Amino acid sequence: MTQANNDLPTADAPMGTADAAGRRASLASAFLRFLPPESVICAPEELRPYETDGLSAFRRVPLVVVLPDTIEQVQRVLAICREQQVPVVARGAGTGLSGGAMPLDNGVLLGLAKFNRILDIDPVRRIARVQPGVRNLAISEAASPHGLYYAPDPSSQIACTIGGNVAENSGGVHCLKYGLTVHNVLELKMVTIDGELLTFGGECLDAPGYDLLALMSGSEGMLGVIVEVTVKLLPRPEVAILQMAAFDDIANAGAAVGGIIAAGIIPAGLEMMDELAIRCTEDFAHCGYPVGAAAILLCELDGTQEEVDEQMQRVRAVMESSGATSVHIAADEAERQRLWKGRKSAFPATGRLAPDYYCMDGTIPRKRLPEVLQRMSEMSAQYSLPVANVFHAGDGNLHPLILFDSNRPGEWKKTEEFGARILELCVEVGGTITGEHGVGVEKINQMCVQFQPLELAQFHAVKAAFDGDGLLNPGKAVPTLQRCAEYGAMHVHHADAPWPDLERF
Amino acid sequence: MELRDISADLAQVVEQASAERQPLVVVGGGTKGFYGRRVDGTALSVSGHRGITNYEATELVLSARAGTPLVEIESALAEHGQMLPFEPPRFGPTATLGGALACGLSGPARPYRGAARDFVLGTRVLNGRGESLRFGGEVMKNVAGYDVSRLMVGALGTLGIVLEASLKVLPRPAAEITLVRDEDPDAALTTMNALGGKPYPLTASAYDGERLYLRFSGARAAVDAAAARVGGERLSDADDWWRSVRDHTHPFFTGDAPLWRLSLPATAPLAEREGIGFVEWGGAQRWLRGERAAEAMWHQAQTVGGHATLYRGGDRTAGVFQPLPEAMAAIHRRLKRAFDPHGICNAHRLYAEW
Ligand SMILES: Cc1cc2nc3c(=O)[nH]c(=O)nc-3n(C[C@H](O)[C@H](O)[C@H](O)COP(=O)(O)OP(=O)(O)OC[C@H]3O[C@@H](n4cnc5c(N)ncnc54)[C@H](O)[C@@H]3O)c2cc1C
Repeated sequence: MTQANNDLPTADAPMGTADAAGRRASLASAFLRFLPPESVICAPEELRPYETDGLSAFRRVPLVVVLPDTIEQVQRVLAICREQQVPVVARGAGTGLSGGAMPLDNGVLLGLAKFNRILDIDPVRRIARVQPGVRNLAISEAASPHGLYYAPDPSSQIACTIGGNVAENSGGVHCLKYGLTVHNVLELKMVTIDGELLTFGGECLDAPGYDLLALMSGSEGMLGVIVEVTVKLLPRPEVAILQMAAFDDIANAGAAVGGIIAAGIIPAGLEMMDELAIRCTEDFAHCGYPVGAAAILLCELDGTQEEVDEQMQRVRAVMESSGATSVHIAADEAERQRLWKGRKSAFPATGRLAPDYYCMDGTIPRKRLPEVLQRMSEMSAQYSLPVANVFHAGDGNLHPLILFDSNRPGEWKKTEEFGARILELCVEVGGTITGEHGVGVEKINQMCVQFQPLELAQFHAVKAAFDGDGLLNPGKAVPTLQRCAEYGAMHVHHADAPWPDLERF
Repeated sequence: MELRDISADLAQVVEQASAERQPLVVVGGGTKGFYGRRVDGTALSVSGHRGITNYEATELVLSARAGTPLVEIESALAEHGQMLPFEPPRFGPTATLGGALACGLSGPARPYRGAARDFVLGTRVLNGRGESLRFGGEVMKNVAGYDVSRLMVGALGTLGIVLEASLKVLPRPAAEITLVRDEDPDAALTTMNALGGKPYPLTASAYDGERLYLRFSGARAAVDAAAARVGGERLSDADDWWRSVRDHTHPFFTGDAPLWRLSLPATAPLAEREGIGFVEWGGAQRWLRGERAAEAMWHQAQTVGGHATLYRGGDRTAGVFQPLPEAMAAIHRRLKRAFDPHGICNAHRLYAEW
């Protein structure tokens, strides 16, 4: 994870001013009317842990943190914020990688940590109804005695919350076959900024009116606060096997991915790692990866025994004909778990190679992979910053990890610029700036590259339909047109100079 | 294949209609005009805006203009052994992609493979001002900006006109078997729900009041094994049978009696008082025929956590979709205004008020 960064303004300033202190005190006293003292945090040292999410280069200290534990309390918190025109940022576990849950220094941070109860697991209806602060993995654990599980499995699943997953429309290593969060959520309960409780979707397979369930997915806390989530549970597949193929040329690994899909097979998971990522991960997790290979592909097949047996042979044949230097099949469940554990710890593992790492999240049409990797390695040389690649290969979602040292003057700026270039490259080849981590504060400038002004204006109109005063997570996810105009002008005039310091809010 | 891009003309028509406050009724292939409320306005045909603009079988992505017939899309996919996983109902040979998405209808595979909205990756739309906007894209994962593309699905053209869409497509299964067996209503519902909770390659289920139909798809060996374990008689003309259910040419759906659709939690008990009707989607989609009081249908559906639609026939000048609670209706009104401030796109098709 990236570290605090000295180039950015820290958020202490408002705390010192009498005005901020006054607002803090008056807000706190309003909240204390219905929240116990331990649920209203405003002492500076206790606010610190909340100043950042997983993108720790961006930090702000909020005026107040509130930790309600009933829906009614959330309604009252929002109603007060609305009345006093104070911005609010919702926070799940704070594992987000785009600064979506970064507080605002003139705002309230609404933590959902206390909403951590699983309300119902129904094995017949195959659903779980949970509070938003329940951890992703906890749902599958609770469903497991019934032979069921919740499919989307972000690598952060031991920590991240289902509310955060919905807000980011998170994916995981199994989403090629089983879909993203949006495909696995049936119903949401949401509190609007007016304090109103709404229900989107339901236990049936559709709902009357607009598909607001879909609109909420990936809306980054901009439209409302999710207070309950009902998810679909799937039967655990009868068997799952994992094949690991090594390649001495990453383009061959890319060809194998296309070949598997052309053969009519949709693997449960299809992940690629490049040489540097393999080396770091093996060093960290000792999971049995072939150090020295240019790339590995992890291909998981699941289903009935018959289905998996048949597909396994065909996948193996594709891997071999695409030039795999070795193909290994996990011998047992323990080895399968170990190989996945490596992949799921790839970020922190790679991060050990340097004081800091910066994780990018673009998606590209898969066939453009060799070209994108080539251009990234050129940029890596140009910026003198190493980059390791972890790739949800099946669906084209690339996670380049840029390694840097934030203590070196100017290095974060350089890293940020390199990252921005990578995202813009993704757009150029027909992809997107974010596959699953969200825009947050991080990619706000790149939104100007991906969208035209009229499209951004339409997004603002959608936001206004829910939150007319713009109090929910303001400044995130969708840039103002003015900001884009400035960013665009900069692009033209100093194409090769580091982006000047644009305040992000 | 005919390739034509008339988006500029369409944009101009909408822009002008917006300036003149002239309501438009958007028409694709004209096969689903029966669906939704009856509306008035100048017909705007998008069927001339057609053609597959991109199809990459190994990327699992197909993009096409809204007026492209589904038949054309599905035959292009079939050439590469692929399909539209949500099995959109056609209701006629001229059905277009745009109409399928605007209505947001999905076929028999819905509970097992997903709905129309699940496979939409991106769209180009004309909003009610005639502005041409692109959302999403041609990649599987994309969380930049609000998911306006999925919001368009099922909006019945009330938020704007879908000009082009990109869809995720999937390989066709190598083998398919449909089993039929006699079941009484409660047992049928129990069986459908129980099978849904097992790792069988079930891809469709239906119950006609007497017989339970179960479709399994996948690798040959897997399908055969499932069939052996589940048991039942093999249906020989299965593709035709499921198509008749999808497109409502099955005898249950023909004739003029009003057709009601109930979308319910799959385990909701069958209300025998109402007649069993026709059950699909593992119990989650149920059809009833005949004149029925709308208020009573809505009330009954809501009581078990579902909703009801007067799908075809009956009085289409009154409400046909389950009324929304006021707070939800307010959000809908504001969203409608956000996309179509002058209310010219398929006004009143979804709800009477707007
Ligand atoms: C090591 C690591 C690995 C990761 N791997 C993956 C991965 O494989 N796939 C993936 O998709 N992501 C991954 N992530 C990113 C992150 O875990 C996900 O985005 C996750 O969904 C965030 O959940 P959270 O509870 O931590 O949310 P937070 O970080 O607390 O919040 C994220 C956003 O959601 C909003 N939000 C949170 N809760 C609510 C609510 N109840 N109502 C409304 N808005 C809310 C916040 O305002 C913010 O905008 C990874 C992160 C790390 C650190």
